[in-house]
Amino acid sequence: MIKHNARNLTNEEFFYGHKACGGCGESLAVRLTMKILGERTFAALPAGCMSAVSFIYPNMAFTTNAIITPFASTGAVASGMAAGLKALGIENTQTVGFAGDGGTADIGLQALSGAIDRNDDIIYICNDNEAYMNTGIQKSGLTPYGTKTTTSPAGKNLPGSITMKKNMFEIVAAHGIQYAATASVGYPEDLMAKIEKAKNTKGTSYVHIFAPCPTGWGHGSEVTIELAKQAVDSGLWYLAEFENGEFILNKNPKEFASVENYLMAQSRFKHLKEEDIEVIKNHRDAKWAKMRKDWQQK
Amino acid sequence: MNRPKLKQWQEPVNIDAYPVGSTCPSDHLTSINAGWRTYRPVIDTDKCVMCLRCFLLCPDGVIDKSGEKLVIDYDYCKGCGICAHECKPGCIEMVKEEK
Ligand SMILES: Cc1ncc(C[n+]2csc(CCOP(=O)(O)OP(=O)(O)O)c2C)c(N)n1
Ligand code: SF4
Ligand code: SF4
Ligand code: SF4
Ligand SMILES: [Mg+2]
Repeated sequence: MIKHNARNLTNEEFFYGHKACGGCGESLAVRLTMKILGERTFAALPAGCMSAVSFIYPNMAFTTNAIITPFASTGAVASGMAAGLKALGIENTQTVGFAGDGGTADIGLQALSGAIDRNDDIIYICNDNEAYMNTGIQKSGLTPYGTKTTTSPAGKNLPGSITMKKNMFEIVAAHGIQYAATASVGYPEDLMAKIEKAKNTKGTSYVHIFAPCPTGWGHGSEVTIELAKQAVDSGLWYLAEFENGEFILNKNPKEFASVENYLMAQSRFKHLKEEDIEVIKNHRDAKWAKMRKDWQQK
Repeated sequence: MNRPKLKQWQEPVNIDAYPVGSTCPSDHLTSINAGWRTYRPVIDTDKCVMCLRCFLLCPDGVIDKSGEKLVIDYDYCKGCGICAHECKPGCIEMVKEEK
């Protein structure tokens, strides 16, 4: 399998001129994914930032075939596109769905589950910016504890969101999917390697990409990559794979980087008190104890 | 430079001129993003070691690596500053745009 890096990565762009905010992490995830998948890619995008910024009539930022799907149906539409390509005898193609965290972990979960169950030959990308951003920052099932959003305000009684991130990667893996992985735009080579694996997977594959959102998180547009890396280094996100029925932890930091540095760089977490940060750290430690015990390490 | 180009676009003049089905062809850019920028990244090409980290991480893909030196497509650069922030030798300067 090709080992992708900046040097051998194609100079050609397949997602260009989009209207995402400057420094948008999701748009980098889509851009790099499209560069690996190539020009014979058919993309399905539900309602969400990535469709909203690329299909603004008469602008169209994808240079390949791409379609907007109803919010709940990324998995189903991608399945249908793959079936259509097969029926028409169009070969050497990739079918990919790019949905947000809301579009994946909440409203699109059923359609995704169906696609995995049928083992349809699609790649499903979850672009996780930890809230419903396109409609103005509402809490989703992937919003972490202590996040201030418009539907989980922080105040005297609540520290913002009071639920933890849904274990979306494990939910997908529990289907017995062919290939699943978590990634981060802060580790682009790892991300590209996982997209390459998904590309070479016959059947359904799922890649969950952690992607900061300067507008919704309240951070400078220049630190998107740095924050995405810090999330992994501080243990608030993890890089893992599910292959041949086994979980693999790709990166196991000996010591976690500062959670406080990561949180305090973002206005969505600025209100957090020491005791709230304790809750976040305890949850992190419990998750890592389980991953370190039960998952292979490679 | 090898980047998608701005297309000429004629607003449909009557209802029959509007497309049916797919709204427009792929690779169909009818407006630029340059006006979003407050700061313009300027690469010191003498200092640049061609590590290509800026090319890799630009969310807008506007840094072209096909030539001997990097070229930025200023029509679509939004001035986010990721390239400058991630350039280890520090050879990208963010220069205030004059209006
Ligand atoms: C059935 C339906 N409900 C609600 C909406 C409104 N809506 C459009 S985009 C969006 C948010 C998408 O959030 P997410 O999936 O996390 O993607 P992001 O915008 O954050 O990339 C919502 C709620 C819709 N288009 N369709
Ligand atoms: S709101 Fe966030 S996810 Fe949406 S385009 Fe802007 S930076 Fe990207
Ligand atoms: S990151 Fe800096 S040194 Fe590396 S290619 Fe870009 S400008 Fe040159
Ligand atoms: S400022 Fe942002 S958009 Fe412009 S070249 Fe640098 S990374 Fe790309
Ligand atoms: Mg989202």
